Amino acid sequence: MSMASDTSGGTAPAAQAGEGTSQIPVLECRNLSISYFTRAGEIPAVADFNLTLMPGESHGIVGESGCGKSTVALAIMQYMGRNGRIVGGEILFNGRDMRAMSEEELRLLRGSQIAMVYQEPMASLNPAMRVGDQLAEVPIYHEGASKEEALERARAMLESVRLPEPERILRSYPHQISGGQQQRVVIAMALLSSPKLLLLDEPTTALDVTVEAGIVDLIREIAAEFGTSMIYISHNLGLILETCDRITVMYSGEAVEVGTVEDVFEAMRHPYTRGLFASIPLPGADKNARPLIAIPGQLPLPHERPPGCNFGPRCDYFKAGLCDRGEIPMLPISGDDRHFSRCLRIEEIDWHAGLGEGIGKVATEKGDVVLKVDDMTKHYEIEEGALFFSGEAKTVKANEKLSFEAREAETVAIVGESGCGKSTFAKVLMGLEEATAGKVLLGNVELGHMPVDRRGPETISKLQMIFQNPFDTLNPSHTVGGQIARVIRKFGVEKDEAKVQERVLELLDIVKLPRDFALRRPRQLSGGQKQRVGIARAFAGNPAVVIADEPVSALDVSVQAAVTELLMDIQRENRTTLLFISHDLSVVRYLSDRIVVMYLGQIMEQGSTEEIFAPPYHPYTEALLSAVPIADTKVTKRHIVLSGEIPSASDPPAGCPFCTRCPYVIEGTCETEPPPIREFQPGHRIACHLSEETLSAMQPVIQIGDGTEKGDKGDEVSPAAAAESARRSDA
Amino acid sequence: MVKLIGRRLIQMVLIILVASLLLFAIFDTPEFKRRLAVQELGGFAVSALSQDAYNEWLARRGLDVPFYQRYFNWIGKIVQGDFGFSYEKNRPVGPLLADRLANTGILALCVFALMIPISLTLGVLSGMREGSGLDRSITFLSVFTTSIPEIATAIILTVVFALGLGLLPAKSAMIAGFDPWQLVLPVLTLVIYDFGYVARMTRASMAEVMTSQYIRTAILKGIPYRRVVMKHALRNALIAPFTVIVLQMNWLLSGVVVVEVFFEYDGFGKLLLEAALFPDVEVVQACTLVAVVVAVTSQIISDVGYTFLNPRIRFS
Repeated sequence: MSMASDTSGGTAPAAQAGEGTSQIPVLECRNLSISYFTRAGEIPAVADFNLTLMPGESHGIVGESGCGKSTVALAIMQYMGRNGRIVGGEILFNGRDMRAMSEEELRLLRGSQIAMVYQEPMASLNPAMRVGDQLAEVPIYHEGASKEEALERARAMLESVRLPEPERILRSYPHQISGGQQQRVVIAMALLSSPKLLLLDEPTTALDVTVEAGIVDLIREIAAEFGTSMIYISHNLGLILETCDRITVMYSGEAVEVGTVEDVFEAMRHPYTRGLFASIPLPGADKNARPLIAIPGQLPLPHERPPGCNFGPRCDYFKAGLCDRGEIPMLPISGDDRHFSRCLRIEEIDWHAGLGEGIGKVATEKGDVVLKVDDMTKHYEIEEGALFFSGEAKTVKANEKLSFEAREAETVAIVGESGCGKSTFAKVLMGLEEATAGKVLLGNVELGHMPVDRRGPETISKLQMIFQNPFDTLNPSHTVGGQIARVIRKFGVEKDEAKVQERVLELLDIVKLPRDFALRRPRQLSGGQKQRVGIARAFAGNPAVVIADEPVSALDVSVQAAVTELLMDIQRENRTTLLFISHDLSVVRYLSDRIVVMYLGQIMEQGSTEEIFAPPYHPYTEALLSAVPIADTKVTKRHIVLSGEIPSASDPPAGCPFCTRCPYVIEGTCETEPPPIREFQPGHRIACHLSEETLSAMQPVIQIGDGTEKGDKGDEVSPAAAAESARRSDA
Repeated sequence: MVKLIGRRLIQMVLIILVASLLLFAIFDTPEFKRRLAVQELGGFAVSALSQDAYNEWLARRGLDVPFYQRYFNWIGKIVQGDFGFSYEKNRPVGPLLADRLANTGILALCVFALMIPISLTLGVLSGMREGSGLDRSITFLSVFTTSIPEIATAIILTVVFALGLGLLPAKSAMIAGFDPWQLVLPVLTLVIYDFGYVARMTRASMAEVMTSQYIRTAILKGIPYRRVVMKHALRNALIAPFTVIVLQMNWLLSGVVVVEVFFEYDGFGKLLLEAALFPDVEVVQACTLVAVVVAVTSQIISDVGYTFLNPRIRFS
């Protein structure tokens, strides 16, 4: 056993340390407290944080923004900027206190023993230095390698992170390679000197989901192959499940629950963890039968934390006189392996009671077709010239022959990764761009060729938008009420000033914001509150169709659920048609009636939500479904990882846009001929060269339970899960 | 890259043509023609001239043909290097301009040679550790020196070094031939005025780079701090100051009239001022055209240099 048996992080059984390695934890944080010192005084960022990481173990840290998870990572690196400082506790690396190390000792450790992978690969690489030189620095400075030797090592490492054409990448500048490739380069850089400890801070958050799947795969392989201990920081519970052995859930600067992934996912013992799971759309959640349950309230600011339990004010089980007194320690859960929770009422709470059952909502009847998109095409001409010289014009096919319909009170999701043309489509719809060909009919008004400045207030008010980033879309110098009132006046909903103000207050009620928010300015609002204002603004003109462009992706998980539910409620009430643009299939599955899957400007598959999530699949849909991490231990997935990157929209393949990455590609056909569109059910269409038999014979990707609901004919059912369990039992 | 330069060169020619057309049109009024006659024939002679005789003079000088014809004649001559005649200095404009440009060139070169290393070093030191004591001192110094007008600096320097200590000559007319000592005060004045601005730009750029994520990556990669600064930070931090420095060329050409006049240094700015006061139309035209050419050229150098320093732009 480790010498740290007194800490609440507990110790690892020797078996977990792997063969042949010492029993000293690679990393140990003991009662770690970190503060930032600003002019306003000391702001505690992390308090009483404990963590024990054995060799070969991977440990996930999850939490929402501001919970202190990145601060922990930077503290381990001893890099906290000028105003950050460790105010208590210690960080032991291989048993040595890092706080006592000199700057030079730290330097020798960083990049060789401890390495880090960052959230934004583009920003993390030096834009003015070739990839090869940046990689070569690691062996040169840590092992005194010669330049040639270092470059050779870099090349070999690029190969082991499975980058194609390593020679070319060595000579490239970071901006010349794609985001996924950049992240592989960063990972290669971290691995070059075989570190004992790898810190991954949201390594896939900036990447597309199919690219993310490849990186996650790589991270898992690294752990297995190099025996590196990992700390994986993420806000995504599904990713932690796919990559980690143990997990720490953080809330407001504290660890609230620690345990093995299985224990925490299946038998969580902290109300916050439970709230987190209830607010993410897992398969099985349904907007009508089993709606999401948001955690009420919002994260306290670091200097406004309540006495006692930080989660107290938002907790259903809060007990005055108990939960609001003094420091609350991490308490062990009997019977589990090193499972701790920072909750005083573990014994009293009925953990088996279902959360929010019986509050199902009535499904709405769909009405007539409101929006009809018919062969809508949008091409951009990029001219390579200036002034009097127009060089060769390039055509970017942003949208190619899109056709679909949306009915009254229906939610249609448009799903796709970056470059798929979903934002261009929204722009055409809003009149910010004009369609090159085809029609967009709202009722019987043709919108495709009517830019917004030629649309009357009537038409504009009928089609409104909720934007992705609530932080930038509100005017910082106007009050919230003023911005909503302006929309009401512009669209002629109300003329009389008193009625306008009344309507503003009503709208605030609808989006569940206090009425006095009308007088506030955007900067006084949190992200979720701002997005509510954005929703109020969009619905101010009683729109028939609302386009929601990733409306919750910039928000924290617990806030996402509340905003999503709000959107659904308003839609039910007003029978609005919702076009939900997203890359997140979990959210889409939860709230949409129909799904349109796009890739590189074209519709690959469309159908009802059930049809999209069940075979037959378009090969791209299949890969997309497999790529989405799901935070449910009962779900098994078929493992499909796409190779390669999304081609540029200015140079798409001649035939099927997906042919460059498709695992089923038919040589000689897919590259040259556009795929035929096959209709499997009325409204369920797949654009693919594969025969109907092949498509129909596909196995489901996601299975809930032990997979007994569907026949297990496939020889390939969840190799991921198999590998996962194999690795766990190995360890 | 070649394409970019070619495109920029064509733009440059167009801008110069438009500027020259404006420049020609401004001075092509009856009043300026009459002034020309006065300069050539003398005031008395012109007032004694009959309208017919004046018209005859216009015809003789080629001033009666249509506007566009005269414009093309003028441009044609300039392209061949004939900038006209200065009535004030009583010599052709071409050689006069060449002399003065050379003088200003020497001045500008000396200013650059001092100002660039000083301001870049101070800016980098200052931006490297934002908020440190060194940073505060440098910031104070730069703001202080830049906020004193050149004329004030010139007077103070003259009073202290020339009149008080008698170490340096107070005037830079170079009557007895080229004398480097006479350059010291004007160069110092300009450097003191200018280095603060460039240092501030460099500081801002360096500070931004030092807080960027790729510097964090470099530090957490465990390479020595010195190398992080020299190899990772500098190159990126110097992109912005580079463009600023190149654009200072304009200012050093025509914006230093005050200093040239104060020290009686026979440079381009002083020539332009004298010509404008006289007025020596052809000199003004020639000087302005040169200023336009320098302005446009420095823009191109700055753009091309920026592209060269910044691989993100170079390859896209």
